[in-house]
Order: sequence, then C-alpha cells, then structure tokens
Amino acid sequence: MHAEREILFRESAAAALLDPQLRANFRRAMDGLISKRQAQFPDPRDLQELRDLSTAIRSRSLLRLPELLEQLEASCTKNGIQVHWAETCEQANALILGLLRTRGAKTLVKGKSMVSEEMHLNAFLEANGVEAIESDLGEYIIQLDGETPSHIIMPAIHKNKDQIARQFSQKIKDAKYTEDVDELTAMARKVLRQKFLEADAGLSGVNFAVAETGTLCLVENEGNGRMSTHVPPLHIAVMGLEKVVADLESVAPLYAILTRSATGQAVSTYFNLITGPRGADEKDGPQEVHLVILDNGRSRIYADPELRATLRCIRCGACMNHCPVYTRVGGHAYEAVYPGPIGKILTPQMEGVGVRHDLVHGSSLCGACGEVCPVEIPIPEILVRLRREATHSDPGSNVAGKGTGRLAAEDWTWRLWAAVLKRPALYRLATWFATRLGDALPAGAPLLRDWTRTRTKPVPARRSLSERMRSEGGSHD
Amino acid sequence: MTDARTAILGRLRAGGGEGPLPPLDTAVMERRQWDPAERVGRLRRGMEAVHTEFLDATPSDWPAVVRAFCDREALPNLLFGPTSEAGAALTAAWPTGGTQLLPYDRPVEAFKEELFTTVAAGFTGTVGGVAETGGLLLMPGPAEPRLLSLVPPIHLALLRASTLQDSLWHAVKALGWGRSLPPNALLISGPSKTADIEQTLAYGVHGPKRLIVVLVDDLA
Repeated sequence: MHAEREILFRESAAAALLDPQLRANFRRAMDGLISKRQAQFPDPRDLQELRDLSTAIRSRSLLRLPELLEQLEASCTKNGIQVHWAETCEQANALILGLLRTRGAKTLVKGKSMVSEEMHLNAFLEANGVEAIESDLGEYIIQLDGETPSHIIMPAIHKNKDQIARQFSQKIKDAKYTEDVDELTAMARKVLRQKFLEADAGLSGVNFAVAETGTLCLVENEGNGRMSTHVPPLHIAVMGLEKVVADLESVAPLYAILTRSATGQAVSTYFNLITGPRGADEKDGPQEVHLVILDNGRSRIYADPELRATLRCIRCGACMNHCPVYTRVGGHAYEAVYPGPIGKILTPQMEGVGVRHDLVHGSSLCGACGEVCPVEIPIPEILVRLRREATHSDPGSNVAGKGTGRLAAEDWTWRLWAAVLKRPALYRLATWFATRLGDALPAGAPLLRDWTRTRTKPVPARRSLSERMRSEGGSHD
Repeated sequence: MTDARTAILGRLRAGGGEGPLPPLDTAVMERRQWDPAERVGRLRRGMEAVHTEFLDATPSDWPAVVRAFCDREALPNLLFGPTSEAGAALTAAWPTGGTQLLPYDRPVEAFKEELFTTVAAGFTGTVGGVAETGGLLLMPGPAEPRLLSLVPPIHLALLRASTLQDSLWHAVKALGWGRSLPPNALLISGPSKTADIEQTLAYGVHGPKRLIVVLVDDLA
C-alpha cells in the first residue's frame, strides 16, 4: 500500500505556501469572489429559503436517480439526442474517440467541462491523433502551458496578468507583448474563432440535464459553450450521472443559486438549453448530438446514505472560494481534478481513501464550506467520516480503499496504548516513566516529530494527576 | 454500451434510497414579482450593468430605430431571419442603400466563412425578457437560426415590453418550456464576457461584443 501513498497533500501544500506570488493571486481572487457572492444574498432569509429549496431539489433527484436517468435517456432519444453510458473514464474516452473516428473528425473544440478533466480526455485524444482545443479563456490559458485547472470555475486563477502576457507573447503566433486585458482577450478571440469555424466536432459538459424534456442546460459567460455546441456538425456532451433533475421548473432555483454562489452574478451571460440536434427546417446547429453519461465511482458513492450528499454538488466552487486552506495553497497543491473542500471529499471517494488519505486531513474543519454550500452538503462531517474510513475497515462500508490509509506505526501505537490501559500496574509504571523522563525525549524522536514539526514539544507534568490526588488528599467528589 | 447501462442502473437500484421525497417550498421563487412598468426598469438596470445597450422604440417605429442605429454605426450589413414576423417587418421598412440586409435563408454550411468574417451584425426577435435579473429569452429555429445571435460581433434584439416575465422561474411556466422545448432555447443577459484574466471583466471574448436591445414600449 505504501507505493500508492506517494501523493501527499501535506508536502505539496507546504511547497505552495512558500510561493508568495501564488498566494497573492489566490488571496486577491478569493476575497473578490467572497464579497461578490455576499452582495448577491442581501437577505439571509431569502438565501436560506433558496438553499433549502435547492437542497430539496437535488435530494429528490438523487432519491429518484435511476428512474430519472431512464427518463432522461428516453426523452433525449425521442428528441434525437443519442445517449451512451460509461462505467469508467476509459470507457467514456473510447466511446468519444469512436464517435469522432467514425465521422473522420480530427479537431474537437471544447467548452468547459470538469468531467472531461476527470477523464483526462485531452491527453487521450492527442495520443490518438485528435486535436482537442480548450475554448474557455481560462482553460485555453492553462492548456497553452500544459497545466490543469486550479479552480473548477476559474481554471487559470493561479496566474496573474503579467504571467499570461508573457505566455501569450511566446506561444501565440505573431502576438505582441501586452498586459492589457482587453487586448489579451482579443488575441484569444482571434485564434479561437478560427478554431470554431474549422472544428469537426464540439464537446461540452452539462450543468443540469432535464429528465422530463430531455434538455441539456449549459451555463456560461463567454459564448464558447454555444460556439462549441452549435457551430461544429457534431456535438458530444459529457455528464456525471448525478447531474439529472426532474423538470425544468426545478432548474430555475438551481440556476439562480449557482451563478450567485459561483461568481456573485445574479445571472450568467448565457443560459443555453439544448433539446436536440438541428431540426428538419433549421439552417444551423449540429447534425448530431450525443450525450455520454459517466459513472466513475458515483454509483458507489450513491450507495452510502451519508456520503450520497456528495452527489448533490452543483459545482459552483463556493466551498473553495471560502476555504482558508484552499486560499493559501491554491488548487494545484491538491494534485486532483477537483480541488478544495469538495475535492477533498470527492477525490478520495473516487480514487480510494487510502491513495489520498492525507487529503481528508488537510482541513481545519472550520465549517466555512458547509456554511456556504448552496445545496447544504455537510462537507466537514463527510471529511470526518472519511478520516475514519481511511483507517478502518468497517464491514458495512463500501468506500473505495477503506482501511488502507492505516499506518503500521499508528496501528502499533494504539495497540500498545490499549495494552497499557488494560493493565493498571503497567499503566502506573508507564505514567511514572512518562512524567519523570518524558521531557528527556528529543523533539525529533520518531512519531513525536510528526507532532513537533509545526508545534512546540509538550512538556509532561512532573507528577501525574492521580499521584497528586493521592498525596494532596483530594477526593473524587 | 448496453452492459454499462445495465450495470450502472443495477448498482443505483441496489444502493437506492427509499424514503419520502422532501417537499419543495417554492415561495422564495414565487414572490419575485413586479408590476409591468417596474419590470422594464429592472430588466434595463440589470442588463445595462453588464454593458447591454438599449434603444427606445414604439410598435410602429422600431424598424426605423434599427435602421438609424445601423446608419449611425455605418454597418455594412445586417444578418436577419427573413421569414420571422419581425424579419418581414424589417424588410418592408428597409430603405435601399446603406446597410445591406442579409437574409439568413440557407444552411450555414453554404456561408460559414462569410458568417464568421464579413457579417457585421445580427438581428433577432425575442420571446420574452426576465425582469428579476435582466435577460432576453430567445427560441432560435428555422425562422431565426441559432448563430444569428452568436457569431456576428453585434447582436440587435427586438424586445416588446409586454412580454417581460418576472423571473426565469415564472418564464418557464408562462412559456410552457417545462413541458416541451424546441431544439434550442436560451437566455442572454448581455454581450459575451470573461473574467478569466485576473478577475478583470473583458467583453466580447467569443460571442457578440455588443448587445443592443431595441425596446418596444407596447404597455399602453
């Protein structure tokens, strides 16, 4: 199991903390997002009612999940959207490659999709001779540098203007150096418009999938989502299986709370409802629309009544914007597709609690994430639950990798502790040694150094409490 | 992928949650209501805050208002849907010379390059507006293709004040969108924008750089 424990959040977080530029970039951005969100919810009663309604809508969707997915499939099929199912990311990637190959597609423009990040779709397609071009400005910026998103809504938030200016002048053909945001945006527009025009296919995520009408809802500000889904002849949408909601009436409150929680906007620039490919008399729009429904561990999360709340998530990112840990270390330190508090509970459940066992400990449990979550996911409680899952193999649990995060040293310490506590004579002897000689133990001693790395060494009292009680005549009353 | 489907649905059913569905209290959505004149003000404030421009018009003079804008901006052309009601009205009232009216009357494949490079502006109608947050409701289709409101750098949209809804929630019900939808429907609240570089707002990243609402006062 030790080989699987190579990615330590503790280590990457410590490295990130030493990067003042990164910390300044995140601090500024998160402060801005926090105050913008706050301005959108002036009335605490309205906010609570909207959260309650949104939570109820998402809970109902999950309670009826299998039925709603079947209904979504039937409605989409009736509308001419072809539905595919994938248990794993590998299956989903192969499915998409198959769709592209059959149609001879060589270039794919992408709207923002975190599920496609989860699938590592770009790398897979590149390896198979298909050019995948990110068209969301933030995604485009990080793709130029071969980076991954550091935030689920604002993927390039770790970079500042100067860094982007340098990058554009080096990587975009004929680009001059400028730090003017409008000019930088115009450069990207020029490059990407050509890509939209020429692309053989477009790919998007899905914010909400409506079972009743067979509609895919896309929320965006830039218009690249509309470009990717309406300009090329083929549109492929990918969604996690939890994204389905019963009806369009249920989408309105979720949309209202999503944009406000995410970026502090009352409404996004575009809210795009796709219910089918180009109709018989239509002059544009894709000839074909495909929907790929991905599981990738979600059905396992679903089976646990407490952990199921993880699947209520509408991917607004408010939990990361408000997280004191995320703000200080940034998104890349998590070395996971989904960073921040939601990532801390989602990643271990998808990849196994043993593999990423220290992620669930990378939290002060301050509770800010749970407090701002628009669908009231009890993230701190789930973190605590997963901490237990990482070190215990409870028979009733089906958490991936349960118990594999248990360290041998930790295990032996507890056994020793139990043995000592069960034997009063031994306990008294151990206490006597600990109080008289404990201070002689160097701070760098094994086990103790894990504690003293960031704290001063505890100094044991010279005499234990029970000794003092005996000698000073205290009573148990 | 029938196997994947069966396996996934099987797992979901096996792990499925029984239990009563939590009730939906929609009062917070319902109470977002304004009288018709207030709706116009709200929509306008909301959309102007994100750089949408407004042109005031009456039920009879709006084609002239559109034309005056095109002249003022010296637009070489304006793409529109000739078979829509608004499109027909625009054609009838369009003086010759100046801005050329380009009908979007063939499949996009026939003029994709031209659409991306030489079209200066696109004109569409709307099926309503959203007062709460500001926003236009569009139902593209055979008469008004989807890319009319997306690809040209300027989007002119005709909005009748009487069609304003209180909120998207109310609009979904009023327009019957909850029951059935055309292949595409959308809400647009402003010109294309991004804040991906240092949280600094920049307009016109992929879609239209300017959104011009031709607001027809038909409340009287």
